[in-house]
Amino acid sequence: MHLHKYERLWLFFGGASLVIFLIVLGVSAFAMDNQPPSGAYCAPGVALPETLDPQKVSETPPFNNPGIEKLSEDTYVVNMVAYSFGFQPSRIEVPEGSTVYFQVTTKDVVHGFEIPGTNTNMMLTPGYVNTIRQTFNETGEYLILCNEYCGLGHQFMSARVEVISQ
Amino acid sequence: MSDPGIETKQKTGIKQNSLKGTFISVMILGGLIVVSWFAMFALFLSRQ
Amino acid sequence: MTQQQNAFNADDAKLIRVHLYVGYIAVFLGAIAGLLQGLQRGGMITLPSWLEYYQLLTAHGVLLALVFTTYFIIGFLYSGMSKNMGRLYDGPRIAGWIGFYLMTIGTAMAAVMIIIQEATVLYTFYAPLQASPYFYIGLALVVVGSWISGFSMFAQYRRWKKENKGKLSPLFSFLAVATMLLWFIATLGVAVTVLFQFIPWAFGLTKTIDVLLSRTLFWYFGHPLVYFWLLPAYIAWYVIIPKIIKGKIFSDSMARMAFVLFIIFSMPVGFHHQLLEPGISPFWKYLQVVLTFMVIIPSLMTAFSIFATFETAGRRLGATGVYDWFKKLPWSDVRFFAPMMGMLFFIPGGIGGIINASHQLDQMTHNTLFVTGHFHLTIASTVILTFFGITYWLMPVVTGRKLTPFANKLGMWQTILWTAGMVLMSGAMHTVGLLGSPRRTSYTTYQDHADALSWLPYHTVMAVGGVILFIAAMLMVYIVVYLAFFAPKGEEEYPMGEVSEYAEETPRFLENWKIWIAVSATLILIAYTIPIMNILEYGPPGSPPYRFW
Repeated sequence: MHLHKYERLWLFFGGASLVIFLIVLGVSAFAMDNQPPSGAYCAPGVALPETLDPQKVSETPPFNNPGIEKLSEDTYVVNMVAYSFGFQPSRIEVPEGSTVYFQVTTKDVVHGFEIPGTNTNMMLTPGYVNTIRQTFNETGEYLILCNEYCGLGHQFMSARVEVISQ
Repeated sequence: MSDPGIETKQKTGIKQNSLKGTFISVMILGGLIVVSWFAMFALFLSRQ
Repeated sequence: MTQQQNAFNADDAKLIRVHLYVGYIAVFLGAIAGLLQGLQRGGMITLPSWLEYYQLLTAHGVLLALVFTTYFIIGFLYSGMSKNMGRLYDGPRIAGWIGFYLMTIGTAMAAVMIIIQEATVLYTFYAPLQASPYFYIGLALVVVGSWISGFSMFAQYRRWKKENKGKLSPLFSFLAVATMLLWFIATLGVAVTVLFQFIPWAFGLTKTIDVLLSRTLFWYFGHPLVYFWLLPAYIAWYVIIPKIIKGKIFSDSMARMAFVLFIIFSMPVGFHHQLLEPGISPFWKYLQVVLTFMVIIPSLMTAFSIFATFETAGRRLGATGVYDWFKKLPWSDVRFFAPMMGMLFFIPGGIGGIINASHQLDQMTHNTLFVTGHFHLTIASTVILTFFGITYWLMPVVTGRKLTPFANKLGMWQTILWTAGMVLMSGAMHTVGLLGSPRRTSYTTYQDHADALSWLPYHTVMAVGGVILFIAAMLMVYIVVYLAFFAPKGEEEYPMGEVSEYAEETPRFLENWKIWIAVSATLILIAYTIPIMNILEYGPPGSPPYRFW
């Protein structure tokens, strides 16, 4: 099909921009470890099931014992369970500069896990564990909220990360 | 079809030049896309 | 030039009319739900105990995004085919009525379930939240009804081709068939999950549901769904607008090519709605991100064609210089002005879409109000303003009345109000979404957390925008009622565009649907086979039903 000269130029420019976007995203994702959260492969040296029976969350390690664990000097692992309408644990405390691996699952319906103002944002689907890494460089009280509709109390579903100065 | 006046006019060169405005418009659109996208990517990196 | 009878076929007009009526009843009700919801989220009103925010949200989405669009689109596509081909043949027209009644029964069932709070699951389903089985059956009937209408259009097209051997199919009809074909391929996914997962589960025949599989099948449908909304607007831009601005269609073959590309690339992209979900590997997500970017190309082509149509039309009318043609456009004709505003909205709308689909960038926008702002620019501005623009002439055409200067003026105000309201509402949504405010969430301050408190002013702006949009919607309903029942009798022009004499001959391979269906199917298989096998093979046990409302 014959295209007008300008149209060819435009499609070339548009297509090239898209290719550049994709390369930037691909390099960032595959070479620099900025993949979107996609399951249980995050914290180094921590055993974590990929999937679990969504009706037996409170019997399946590590979610039988939700809470925060210190991995090393400035890294922590938080095993968290989401439910309608809350998170367990609902409050954690870490020193500033810490990197926290959130390992989260849900024991009922689909929930979201978001820390406003950061890149931490992921889905929690029943039967699956999802993980994300977040470094907290500034002190303050961070909000964790559910951003996926989960029932009439959805707007109350939140937790806190307290980042304290060292 | 349409009146022959325009036809001859367009056949004598205007046809090629007549899409200049279109080209400038789409390139402005393309510029907006590129600038917005990289701004968002920068925001992502700053939050990383 | 093909011969076209001027009078619009009366039997077809009736079929199209009822589609438009139901569509605008949905606009009326959906706008009320939207207003209340916006005010509640802004903290300006407290809803009575028998009415829930999430119930209104479900109603708003179902009525406007599903009911209005589907009825309007089917009515509009029938009208173009009838105009192109002189009339709808008896078989397709009767099938159109069957489709209409099935969809209406289904819509009524779903509406009743929403009203009696048996289906506060939002229209994206959200398993393992479980609605009444009659909600799912109602939605299934809507889909089946739309299939019957779609297949009747295929039959209409085929019979015309048979009776006009060797002739190129009329452009509008070709694009209509492409749109319904896209709809059919897309709805297969939602049909599978509703028939084989949701309905047996909702009746208690199966104890549990595979949540990730249901979400994957839903989003296989959920993204091409938005192209089902967009393509009829593109038809108006490619075929109708040139006539209204006294120009010609820039290129018949590019229009067809763009639609073919949509059929091919709009399906294997559903993972970009699931980018942050566990159970799908980042590789397959990235592959679908690449495919998503492919589907941007036909929109880039469309942008060029539209500008080129404007410029050549302006030059026909004597414009010189680089930008004079812009002034030659009929700015005071609402049939042009409303869709034009829609097109302008598609610039930020499209950019937002590219950002949302950009793999890890989705972490900043996913499930925040940014997304809500995005689709209020695309579906609720680009598409809806174009549909309003079509209504101003289509309603008089099918009711045998005239678009009066009075209605034109009201329409201009309608468009201005809608534009202003949407700029406010969507602008605030984008901004506060980037700050983290979640979508689909009732009024809350999260126990007065500082972040959440900082969002409140934006929510107020959203509510103000929502009020303006509500006024605009009511004005539109008034105009529709006027054009349907009170405007003076007469014959309104159906602005069917003609292809420019300078456009080159359309290559016939574009009409070879089998190739496009085969390519589309191949890409779907490549993008989905392995991820779905992984879900089935390694997936966890299913989930029992929950009802948290």
